[in-house]
Amino acid sequence: MSVARDACRRDVGALSVAAAIVWGMKRIDDIPRAADSAVTVRGLVKHYGETKALDGVDLDVREGTVMGVLGPNGAGKTTLVRILSTLITPDSGQAHVAGYDVVRQPRQLRRVIGLTGQYASVDEKLPGWENLYMIGRLLDLSRRDARARADELLERFSLTEAGKRPASTYSGGMRRRLDLAASMIGHPAVLFLDEPTTGLDPRTRNEVWDEVKRMVGDGVTVLLTTQYMEEAEQLASELTVVDRGKVIANGGIEELKAKVGGRTLRVRPADPLQLRPLAAYLDELGITGLANTTVDTERGAVLVPILSDEQLTAVVGAVTARGITVSAVTTELPSLDEVFLSLTGHRASAPQDPAPATDDAREEVAA
Amino acid sequence: MSAATTTPPAPALTPDARISLRAHVRHTGALVRRNLLWIRQDPESMFDALLMPIVFTLLFVYVFGGSIGQALGGGQDGYVQYVIPGMIAMMSMTLSQGVGTGFSQDFNSGVMDRFRSLPIGRGSVLFAKIAVEMARMLFATTVLMIVAVLVGFDIDHWAGLFAAVGLSAVFASSIMWVFLTLGVVLKNAQSVQAMGFMVLFPLQFGSSIFAPTQSMPGWLQSFTDYNPLSTLADAARGLMVGGPVAHDLWITLGWAVAITAVMAPVAIHKFRTKT
Repeated sequence: MSVARDACRRDVGALSVAAAIVWGMKRIDDIPRAADSAVTVRGLVKHYGETKALDGVDLDVREGTVMGVLGPNGAGKTTLVRILSTLITPDSGQAHVAGYDVVRQPRQLRRVIGLTGQYASVDEKLPGWENLYMIGRLLDLSRRDARARADELLERFSLTEAGKRPASTYSGGMRRRLDLAASMIGHPAVLFLDEPTTGLDPRTRNEVWDEVKRMVGDGVTVLLTTQYMEEAEQLASELTVVDRGKVIANGGIEELKAKVGGRTLRVRPADPLQLRPLAAYLDELGITGLANTTVDTERGAVLVPILSDEQLTAVVGAVTARGITVSAVTTELPSLDEVFLSLTGHRASAPQDPAPATDDAREEVAA
Repeated sequence: MSAATTTPPAPALTPDARISLRAHVRHTGALVRRNLLWIRQDPESMFDALLMPIVFTLLFVYVFGGSIGQALGGGQDGYVQYVIPGMIAMMSMTLSQGVGTGFSQDFNSGVMDRFRSLPIGRGSVLFAKIAVEMARMLFATTVLMIVAVLVGFDIDHWAGLFAAVGLSAVFASSIMWVFLTLGVVLKNAQSVQAMGFMVLFPLQFGSSIFAPTQSMPGWLQSFTDYNPLSTLADAARGLMVGGPVAHDLWITLGWAVAITAVMAPVAIHKFRTKT
């Protein structure tokens, strides 16, 4: 009824009320997407016995954006994705994807989503091409269209040569690329990526990130779960941090980064004796907004918390101007543990898999 | 932040889409193709269907056939006529396990989640699996009949042979629901196989498939006489080599209907609510 009422309000003209109702309902039926929200989640709850996998989650993903859902193992990320992709039903709460209700309109919803992740995967025994062709047919493409789409996607994900080989012979990166290709067959409006790079080596991870960025460039809305701050920073524009089934923070990625202290610059002087003088010098320098440095004597480095690229440039410039020879300058993103520590005051409650080593979240900027 | 305070936009509550019969057929076809490609990719998966009829026939006819045949009063040749119809029943049971192990693998590999996130009827996945296992069963039966003729089985009634194969397939389709349930409920394919063996082994050997039950002790006979595999084997025997059929046939069909009526809803429920 609210649909009809909205339609009435919009049509203040001379149209009869009845005509407005009919017209308004028809129009909204034709375009089932609500406003510009591709994914809307309200008060979602899913319990497994005593375990509260989801304990009242709210979430909004705007159309054409990438939402990162960051949290440790057991935070409820996968449960969320499984509910949104209709694999399981919530105990209570509401969720809409591309305007469809996950509980009441699962079939229509499945037509507009793609799913790739730890659990949803391709058939290892089938060749890559056959996997894509099969999914094309299951998505009601004609034989010809399914063939063409399989060829096209293999080409796009650089798998043409491997297309005839069983997926079981693929490397980790090729497997994930095939997973991504499989989830793109139906031109989904919303794509769910459940920990797309967990277990991949750094080089392969970059490959997968590049593919995801290309897909986002095509305008698909993405909801991505991850345990890595770096992955969220690479791919997402907005971030929701979850812990024990609850959202503990959300907002723009820059906003959250500022909240958790942004990156850390690690400067290692060539001469270990320079360590403390360098730290003292940087502290005295007073580059706007810089918090105090800390000294990591074990690894012989000065740690400088930085919030912007300008600060980074200023610090590097200052070190150079001072004439101190450095053997390594790296920036580190906060680890999941540090993010949690600053957001909640306690460490990430990962039951098995600890947060990634800081080595994973390190990038060389200069030497 | 603002998310918690704004009200969700009203979704268009059109009723959920229906899947047409044609779409169902198309989906099932695509999934049958997948299962057939498995066989092409991994021909060893056909070994059981190929070797079991050969090994079991030779084993029973030449190892036990002489002495059981003597007791039956027809010697080894008489035993061939006795045991072959029973073997059709036995093999259809053993091969129907494939539905359960296949499902278990699909769940564990994540393929099932992919299927369940696609706009297809969940029944398509099921029917495709059953269709392919039925085809495997038919293949195994063909092998069995070739071996049977080679060891001296006389096919007197072709119609009876087809009827016996059909009856075995009907009964096997009811047992498939049991294995489907195991495939959904148990952790992995190995446990499905182990559990299947534990269920099938006593049923297969505690029956009239391999030997007449008259010489068995009374307590065992009361089990074998109610064992549906006995009635299935006896009905197949009646159809293929002659003898009374009707009684065993109806009891077997009754079992098939009863097992399906109980297990199909259980299997479908477990399949639907699997997390």
